[in-house]
Amino acid sequence: MTDATTGPDHLTGPTPDNALRDADRAEARGGGSGGPGDPVLAADGTPLKQSLNRALRAQKLRALALIAPLLLFILVTFIAPIVDMLFRSVENEIVVETLPRTVAALQDWDYASGEAPDEPAYRAMAFDLMIAAERREHTRVGSRLNYETTGISSLFRKSGRGVDDVGEVYTDQFVELNEAWEEPATWVTLMASEDWQESHSEWVAAGEAAEAADEDFDDLPPRFEVADRIAEILPETAGIYQAFADTIRTEDEESPAEEEPWNVVYQALYDDLSGQLGSAAETYAGPGADLLREAATAVPDFETMTVTDQMIEVDEDWAEPEVWGTIKAFDGPYTSGYFLSSVDLQKTPDGVERQPEGERIYILLFERTLFLSLTIMACCVALGYPVAYLLSNLPMRTSNLLMILVLLPFWTSLLVRTSAWKVLLQQQGVINDVLVWLGIISDGGRLVMINNQFGTIVAMTHILLPFMILPLYSVMKTIPPSYVRAAKSLGATNWTAFWRVYFPQSVPGIGAGCILVFILSIGYYITPELVGGTTGTFISNRIAYHISNSLNWGLAAALGTILLAVVLILYWLYDKIVGIDNVSLG
Amino acid sequence: MASTDSSTAFVEFDRVQKSYDGETLVVKDLNLSIGKGEFLTMLGPSGSGKTTCLMMLAGFETATHGEIRLDGKEINNIPPHKRGIGMVFQNYALFPHMTVAENLSFPLEVRKLGKSEREQKIKRALDMVQMGSFGGRRPTQLSGGQQQRIALARALVFEPELVLMDEPLGALDKQLRETLQFEITRVAHDLGITVVYVTHDQTEALTMSDRVAVFDDGRIQQLAAPDTLYEQPQNSFVAQFIGENNTLRGKVAKLSGDHCVVRLDETGEEIDALPVNVTREGDETLVSIRPERVEFNPELGPDAHTLTAEVLEFIYMGDVFRTRLKVAGRDDFIVKTRNRADQTRFAPGQKIQIGWLPQDCRALDP
Repeated sequence: MTDATTGPDHLTGPTPDNALRDADRAEARGGGSGGPGDPVLAADGTPLKQSLNRALRAQKLRALALIAPLLLFILVTFIAPIVDMLFRSVENEIVVETLPRTVAALQDWDYASGEAPDEPAYRAMAFDLMIAAERREHTRVGSRLNYETTGISSLFRKSGRGVDDVGEVYTDQFVELNEAWEEPATWVTLMASEDWQESHSEWVAAGEAAEAADEDFDDLPPRFEVADRIAEILPETAGIYQAFADTIRTEDEESPAEEEPWNVVYQALYDDLSGQLGSAAETYAGPGADLLREAATAVPDFETMTVTDQMIEVDEDWAEPEVWGTIKAFDGPYTSGYFLSSVDLQKTPDGVERQPEGERIYILLFERTLFLSLTIMACCVALGYPVAYLLSNLPMRTSNLLMILVLLPFWTSLLVRTSAWKVLLQQQGVINDVLVWLGIISDGGRLVMINNQFGTIVAMTHILLPFMILPLYSVMKTIPPSYVRAAKSLGATNWTAFWRVYFPQSVPGIGAGCILVFILSIGYYITPELVGGTTGTFISNRIAYHISNSLNWGLAAALGTILLAVVLILYWLYDKIVGIDNVSLG
Repeated sequence: MASTDSSTAFVEFDRVQKSYDGETLVVKDLNLSIGKGEFLTMLGPSGSGKTTCLMMLAGFETATHGEIRLDGKEINNIPPHKRGIGMVFQNYALFPHMTVAENLSFPLEVRKLGKSEREQKIKRALDMVQMGSFGGRRPTQLSGGQQQRIALARALVFEPELVLMDEPLGALDKQLRETLQFEITRVAHDLGITVVYVTHDQTEALTMSDRVAVFDDGRIQQLAAPDTLYEQPQNSFVAQFIGENNTLRGKVAKLSGDHCVVRLDETGEEIDALPVNVTREGDETLVSIRPERVEFNPELGPDAHTLTAEVLEFIYMGDVFRTRLKVAGRDDFIVKTRNRADQTRFAPGQKIQIGWLPQDCRALDP
C-alpha cells in the first residue's frame, strides 16, 4: 500500500512503488471515473456499475446457494431457539388466557386499598376457574402464579375441585322451584339458536344411523350457538353456558343436550334474573318463556349467598388481597417479572421490591460466574502463553509433539476429563493421598479441593486451555523472529525485546483466546455441575435447574437472556477497548 | 581502501568455526579482518555460510570455535544488545505496532536518552534517509523502499560504529534497489561507519563495497576489492560466480613464469594463458576468460595462439552485442562487444578467428 501524499522515491523512475503512487494519486483526484455525477458507461452503453452488478449477481447467488444449507441449519437450530428464548422470558399470556373474566373484573380494583375485590371479581374468578378446571388448565396457571407468590398453586388446585360447588345453593332452589331446570333439554331449548338445534338434530340422526349400521361415529357435536334473544336478557348466563357447552364439547365430546349444566350456570342465571335486566324476562316470549317467567318471579325470595362467601368457603385464602394483587400484577400478556426475579427483585402487588434476604441468589450467581470465568481466563493466559510461545519457537518435530499434548484434552471425553479431576482432587483422592504420604499434610487435614470454587477453576482451566493456546499459537507463529532480533540489535534486553516488541504483537492472540475462553466458560454447565459443589456452580447450573426441575422456563429464559446480554456487552466493550480487528484466530 | 592489517582491524574473525548439528561445519576456519570505516560485503550462494557469519557477529549465533573481536575486544560471550551493532534485516523488521518515529525512538529509549535528545536524533536520522515527514506513519503505510530507508535510519539512529546488513535490498524491485544501493553507500561513507553487508547479488557487491569476501562451502574463496575480484579471480568458483565467464578445459602444455600454454581437451588446440592455480606442466586446468576480453581476428604477437570459432548466434542487446560461438567443441562461448559504429555484426555460420591477451586468460584450478 502506498500513500498518495508521499513523494516519489529519491530517483524517479517507473518503479512499481512509483506506479502505485501514481495510481493512488489518480484515484484521489477521482480520475478514472470521469468525475462524480457522470457515471462511466460499459461498452454496451449501460452504466458500468449496473453491468458490474449484473456480472456479480450470478457469483453472489452461487455463493448464497453454497451457504444456504448451513444458513438454514443455523436458523432452525440456533437463531430460532434464541428468539424463542428471548420471547419466553417476557411471555405471560397464560394468566389472561385462562382467567379472562377475572382480569377484566380486576381492572378497576386497586390493591393499595388493602381490601379484597368486590363480588364481580369473585364471580368472574368462579366462572374462569370452573372452565379452567374442566379443561384441567387451572393447575398450570396456579404454578405460574406460584413463582410469584407461594401458595397460589395449592389454592388453585384446591379451588379447582371446590369450584364445582359454587352456585349449588341456587341449583337446588331452581330445581326445587321446577324440576325442569334439572333437565339438560330444558336448558338447550332455552338457550340454543334455531340453527344449532337444526344441525344438532342432524348430528343426532347421523349418530343413530351410524349405530344402526354398526359403524364408528366420532364426529363432534356442532359448536353451540346461543340464541340472540336470550343473550339479550340473560347475558351472563348465555356467556357461561356457551363456555360450558364449548368445554364439554371439546373435553368430553358431549352435546349439552345430554349434560346437566355446572352449578355456576345456575349462579349466573340467578345473577341475571336478580339483576337489573331481571324484569326483561317478564317480556320474554321465546321458547321456555313460562319457565323463565316463573323463575324470575321466584328469584327475589331465594335464599342468597354471595359468590364471595362461596369462594371463601372453598378456600379461605380467597379473602386475601395478596392473591388478587398477584393476579392483577401479572395480568398482562407480557411481564417483566422473570427479569426482575433474575436480578433478585420481585414484582409484588405493591410494585417492584427486593427479594427477601434469604432468596437473593441470582446476583450472587451472576457475580460468581463472572468472577470464576475471569479467573479461569486469567489462569488460561498465564498457563497458555508460555506453552504457545514454546510451540511457535520450537523446531517442527518437537512442536508437533507438544501440539499433540495440547490437543490431547480435545480428544478425550469431557465427562472423562472432569471425572478424572474428581478422582485426583477429592479428599480421599490421589493428590491428598500423596501429600499425606509425603507427610506434607496430616491425615486429618486433607485439603478440600473439590466441590468448591477451587475445583471448578482447576478443572475448567484444564478443559479450556486449548482454546487459549491455539489462537495464541496461530498468532505467534506469524511473528517473525527477526522482530525480536531487531529489538536486541537495537540494544533491548531480552525482557524489553519481549515486552515492547513481541508481546504487543501477540495481543491479538491473547484477545482471541480470552474471548473464546471467557464466552465458553461463562455458559459452562457440566464441569461446574460435577466438581463445583455449592460454591462453585455457575448461573448455567441454575438455568438448567429451572429448565428441568422447577420447570420455570420463563425464569430460565430470562436468566439466559441476561447472560447473553452480558456477553454481548462485554464483547462490545472489548471491541471499544482492544478493537475486534485486533483479534486473530489464525 | 581500508587496511587489512590485524593490528588496526576493527572487526576480526579468528579461526572461527560454526556447526549447528555437530556433524557438519557451516563455517570452516574463517579468518577475516575488517578495517574501521570499511564497507565489506559477504557474497556467496545460499548456504555458503555468509549469513551465519553475520549472525555470529551480531550475537544471534555463537561460534562453535574461534574468536570474534570487535575493536580489539573478544565479543563471543557478549549478548547482542550489549554489542552496540546496528542491523538491517531483509524483511525490514520494523515494529508494526509502532509509528516510524517510535521505531526510531526505540533504541534511544532503551539507552535511556532524554526526550529532546531523542527527538533531535530521530529527526536527523530521518532527514539522512530523506524521510523527514514520515515520523507519524505506521510501517504498513509505507512502500517497501520507504520501509527499508526507515530500517536503515533505525539501525543508524543510535550511532553504532558497525552496521550489519542482511540482504537488505533482496525484497525490492531492481530500480529501487539501485537507488538504495547508492543511498546506503552514501550514508555509510558520510558517517564513516563500518558496514558488513551480506548479499547474493554480485552486482550489488561489486558496486557498493570496498572489499568483497566471496563465500562458498563455509570458506572465503577470495577476499579482494571489486576490480581485483572481477579481473583476477583466484579460483574457478570466484571466476564463475562473479560476472559472466567463458571456461575451457585443458592441460598445461608449457609453463614459464607468468605465461603458460594450455592444450584444450576437446580439440587439442593450444591457447595462451596466465598461470594462477597451476604449478607445473601436465596439470589439469580450467581457463577462464571474460566475454568482453575476447578479440575477433586479433592482431597479436607472432607467437600468440588463436582459435577458430564458428558464429552460432548474434544477439543485439542495445549497448552491447552478444555473439555466441562454437569454440573448441563447446557451443556456449560468449563474446561481448560494444555497439560501436565500426563494430562488425557477424552472421550465424560465419567462421572467424578469436584471440586474447595472455594475461586476460587465467588458468585456474580444474
